[in-house]
Amino acid sequence: MKSLKFDLTDLLAGLMFIVFGLIFGLTSWFDLDMGTARRMGPGYFPLLLSGVLILLGLLIVAVSTRHEGEPIGAVAWRGMALILLAPVVFGVTVRGLGFGPSVFLCALIASFASVKMKPVKALILALCVALFSMAAFSYGLGLPYPRIGPWIPEPIANLVPNLSPAIAWVKGLFASAPPPPPPATGG
Amino acid sequence: MNIFDNLILGFQTAATPENLLFCLAGVLLGTLVGVLPGLGVTATIAMLLPLTFQLGPTSALIMLAGIYYGAQYGGSTTAILINLPGESSSAVTAIDGYQMARKGRAGTALAVAALGSFFAGCVSTLLVAIFAPPLTTVALKFGPAEYFSLMLLGLVASIALAHGSILKALAMVVLGLLLGLVGTDVFTGSERFIFGVREFADGLSFVALAVGVFGVAEILRNLEDEKTRTVLQTKVSNLWPSKEDFRRMAGPVLRGTGIGSLLGILPGGGAILASFAAYTVEKRISKHPEEFGKGAIEGVAGPESANNAGAQTSFIPLLTLGIPANPVMALMVGAMIIQGITPGPGVAAEKPDLFWGLIASMWIGNLLLLLLNLPLIGLWVKMLTVPYYILFPIIMAFCSVGVYSVNGNAFDLYSICAFGLVGYLMLKLKCEPAPLLLGFVLGPMMEENLRRAMLISRGDPTTFLTRPISAGLLIATVLVLLVVLLPSIRKRREEVFQEED
Repeated sequence: MKSLKFDLTDLLAGLMFIVFGLIFGLTSWFDLDMGTARRMGPGYFPLLLSGVLILLGLLIVAVSTRHEGEPIGAVAWRGMALILLAPVVFGVTVRGLGFGPSVFLCALIASFASVKMKPVKALILALCVALFSMAAFSYGLGLPYPRIGPWIPEPIANLVPNLSPAIAWVKGLFASAPPPPPPATGG
Repeated sequence: MNIFDNLILGFQTAATPENLLFCLAGVLLGTLVGVLPGLGVTATIAMLLPLTFQLGPTSALIMLAGIYYGAQYGGSTTAILINLPGESSSAVTAIDGYQMARKGRAGTALAVAALGSFFAGCVSTLLVAIFAPPLTTVALKFGPAEYFSLMLLGLVASIALAHGSILKALAMVVLGLLLGLVGTDVFTGSERFIFGVREFADGLSFVALAVGVFGVAEILRNLEDEKTRTVLQTKVSNLWPSKEDFRRMAGPVLRGTGIGSLLGILPGGGAILASFAAYTVEKRISKHPEEFGKGAIEGVAGPESANNAGAQTSFIPLLTLGIPANPVMALMVGAMIIQGITPGPGVAAEKPDLFWGLIASMWIGNLLLLLLNLPLIGLWVKMLTVPYYILFPIIMAFCSVGVYSVNGNAFDLYSICAFGLVGYLMLKLKCEPAPLLLGFVLGPMMEENLRRAMLISRGDPTTFLTRPISAGLLIATVLVLLVVLLPSIRKRREEVFQEED
């Protein structure tokens, strides 16, 4: 008996396209107005595209049974869990913890996605990233987010030095610097 | 206004200290991220994109263009030094460039790549300046039917140049088009595919999609298998090519520039095709074809010039028609829309300073690259030795900050997570994300033009065939599709893409 041969990646890809096609197609069909060919409603073009997508998905599935493919290979489970978590944590905490601590957490979580990262190194790295972000984005570009948020108790927040006067002083140095010489061409 | 007045206006815009600074910052940042192996040009730009939104439109586009050239140059550097091309367009450079590096001529290879690119950049910037305005007048005559057919051609042509399965690439385009339609329908105001999520009403976030599908997915792919990279040599010396080298590179650079400029205009990512075509041509006409693949200087000079010329002339369809020729241009379209500019033939007339400033900044960007990268090559080589596990937490943190800074909306950050997951799934299923992005950008434009064309023709679909320009574009589309699907060409195409793996 001939064993069943198929390309798993292609099969799954085809199925994925069919599922997407069905989601968009059924939503267009049931929820949206088709209109006429002359005056197309919001559902006309999406339904057309969904049909094409399902057709392509079926074709990909059909082709996948003709040949054997390579195995899917390693999946970065640890990377996925931590890397994808990092922006979410940033989003959840940026208002409460404030910009600086939130960037610190985000970088720290992302650090552990690699098996090679050591805890102390990760802490130092995250701290550096947070300090740099504070300096460049918050003080430098002036992004309007609180640097230390309300979730951090006041006594601890007060320990963080207020750098605004220092930054203003540095900016003042640049402002009073002589303007660059005019171009030599004189145009 | 003649072309010289226009160019002067452009240089006045681009050479203000502020814009020069952003051009420089773009080139530096682009190279910095571009030399990180495993991150291609598109991923680099996608991740740096949010940084530019704090700037004005002109400065932002100038900086983005700088990032583009920088990233491309960075990609060539990794191709030559560690045989790891970030993007398929520098894959050809890796063939002979890496062999040159192994023979201890890495410095020469890098210098040849930079000089060839600079020459090609000068010529093609001039070409853009000459050909963009007349094409704009042609484009203004295009009706919705022509636009629809042109976008169809562009999308199909981009598939011809994608890796792997054509069917999958087609499906990715269609999926991209559908994702682009999510949100409020501009004609009727009804909400589509929002599935009860209030944030979807304005459409899916372009920045989150680009960062997730390109940036995050690439990082995850790199994390699958954490091998230590070996950098060939940490010291690059003998930068300046010898007289003999100059003699040998002159021809390839000229031919590469010609091939690249021509192919770059074509819809569908001309830069990749251009570098492959240039390599093939050089190999065919060389007196020493046996040297190719073993460190022939022509094999670096030709493709690198073609690559850069193509990168530049691919701005022509963007600036004149508002239609992106490749995923990078799709990112530029996204940036323009976020800045409140409608890409298309109107840009040259309404915002001449932006239009010509961008063109002038291409040349300035190339000059900065040449002036910076050769002296700084030691720094870039050092970058290659920074372990990956240090780099990506930094990248993730900056991406999060960047995307959040666009709207101050935490939902965009959750979108990165979702798109990153989907993007990684697609990578695992061997579906290239580039066609998806092109479709996403073109989706709303395509639908709008289809609906307008059908309204004008009173519901008669033959309007696409009876209007000559539209018919011509559709015939071209069918031809491209046939050519790509023909068995003999398909085989050849697979061979070409094999070479780079």
